[in-house]
Amino acid sequence: MLIRHAPDLTDNDVTDRSLYLRRREFIGGAAGLGLMAAAGAASARDLAYGPGFSTTEAKTSKKDITSYNNFYEFGVNKEDPSENAGSLKTRPWTVRVDGECEAPASFAIEDMIKGNKLEERIYRMRCVEGWSMVIPWVGFPLKDLLAKVKPTSKAKYVAFETLMRPSEMPGQRWDTLQWPYREGLRIDEAVHPLTILAVGLYGDVLPNQNGAPVRLVVPWKYGFKGVKSIVRISLVEKQPVTAWNLLAPREYGFYSNVNPAVDHPRWSQATERRIGEFRRRDTLPFNGYGEWVADLYRGMDLKRNF
Amino acid sequence: MDASVKRAAKAKRPSKTRDNLVYAAVWLACFAPLVWLAWRAFSGDLGANPIETLIRQIGVWGLRLLLVGLAITPAARILKKPRLVRFRRTVGLFAFAYICLHLLTYIGVDLFFDWGQLVKDILKRPFITLGMLGFVLLMPLAVTSTNGWVVRLGRATWQKLHWLIYLIVPLGVAHYYLLVKADHRPPLVYAGILAVLMGWRVWDAWRRRAQS
Repeated sequence: MLIRHAPDLTDNDVTDRSLYLRRREFIGGAAGLGLMAAAGAASARDLAYGPGFSTTEAKTSKKDITSYNNFYEFGVNKEDPSENAGSLKTRPWTVRVDGECEAPASFAIEDMIKGNKLEERIYRMRCVEGWSMVIPWVGFPLKDLLAKVKPTSKAKYVAFETLMRPSEMPGQRWDTLQWPYREGLRIDEAVHPLTILAVGLYGDVLPNQNGAPVRLVVPWKYGFKGVKSIVRISLVEKQPVTAWNLLAPREYGFYSNVNPAVDHPRWSQATERRIGEFRRRDTLPFNGYGEWVADLYRGMDLKRNF
Repeated sequence: MDASVKRAAKAKRPSKTRDNLVYAAVWLACFAPLVWLAWRAFSGDLGANPIETLIRQIGVWGLRLLLVGLAITPAARILKKPRLVRFRRTVGLFAFAYICLHLLTYIGVDLFFDWGQLVKDILKRPFITLGMLGFVLLMPLAVTSTNGWVVRLGRATWQKLHWLIYLIVPLGVAHYYLLVKADHRPPLVYAGILAVLMGWRVWDAWRRRAQS
């Protein structure tokens, strides 16, 4: 066989293997910049990285993050959201922010993305079912949005609501949960710098099955607290109702902080399977974010306030 | 036995070859889900959480085969094909095999032989308690499934022992129901099928008593 040598190429011209293997990240990164530019967020220098909040653990593959989802509005099986969420129209989209505040407002999703400094946050995500992922979100701190509406002293909690649109969300045609999906945080949890609204994933636009166009991410709580496809955020005085708590109050508490010492009544929370790994690993209190959030719960009985 | 009776018996029985073919088909049908799962595992098509998929799928096929087993007697009677009942043992043993594999995957792969966790699960998780109870009750049925055991126990005792299946299958359905987080429709479908199969038996027994 004739193997032709290229005399003008030396070993120095060969792309370094580690760079070659990361080629998709560059493409992904470029797409991310495209997203931000498209949203009007100007240029690359706006892509700041979370100050110390991002984990350096191996990221879960984009394929797994976008094909293994709990998003009951599109069906109860893990593959349902990726198969059915294509029908969801995420434009036009506005998020109403109201309640106990001086300047209630509706934000068009474009303005929301444009008006906030997007960052990449690589967070662990622990599902109440006993599995976990490491997800590179793109988003901004929830407190930045809340500051714009000037919460009053009566704003003790924040209530969130997912879109209710059975024509595009086939799961809502059946009462598995009481629709629309609702979630809530205490105000100090909501303004914590770890708490973000995500609009992107892996440097790209948030896929519908992951909660497009905007979703909540609270990394020290079980995944179901991360309400998806948000249309309304209300500052309220009383603890709001939440979807899973309405269904099974004994199993899903308001706080739902990741806690290996408090089992779900039907299964243990001591360990978890990181998607892509074979052996289970130990679950960490507050999903490993204790140094930043444990203080929020000082003096509280976390077994009772599960 | 004179020749005419022999001939009559022979005429009634399907040929040996045909019988073997039917048996082979039943075996293949029972093996098919496992082969399909093995193929999906081999080609990396079990999704992001393959261990969970395997445990759930193998378990659900065990339950389906248990229900098929329960459906054979009513089917044989309704279709007037009494020889169908010879497949009850095959189907039942396949169901047992799937359930063994389901349990092995849970203990060996999911828990990675963490026996302490297994004991805790059995004691604290009702769905595992019920599932395990069903499995334990199924074991004597599998062991005594041979002709030899029918003779050893006597037909009547053997029959009574095997009525345990009427407890085991509901345990399997309950095991599934209790595991589900919110959408109870799939386990309720199995519960519905079970109710029909049990209802037919009650109706049949009542009808027979009325006739005699």
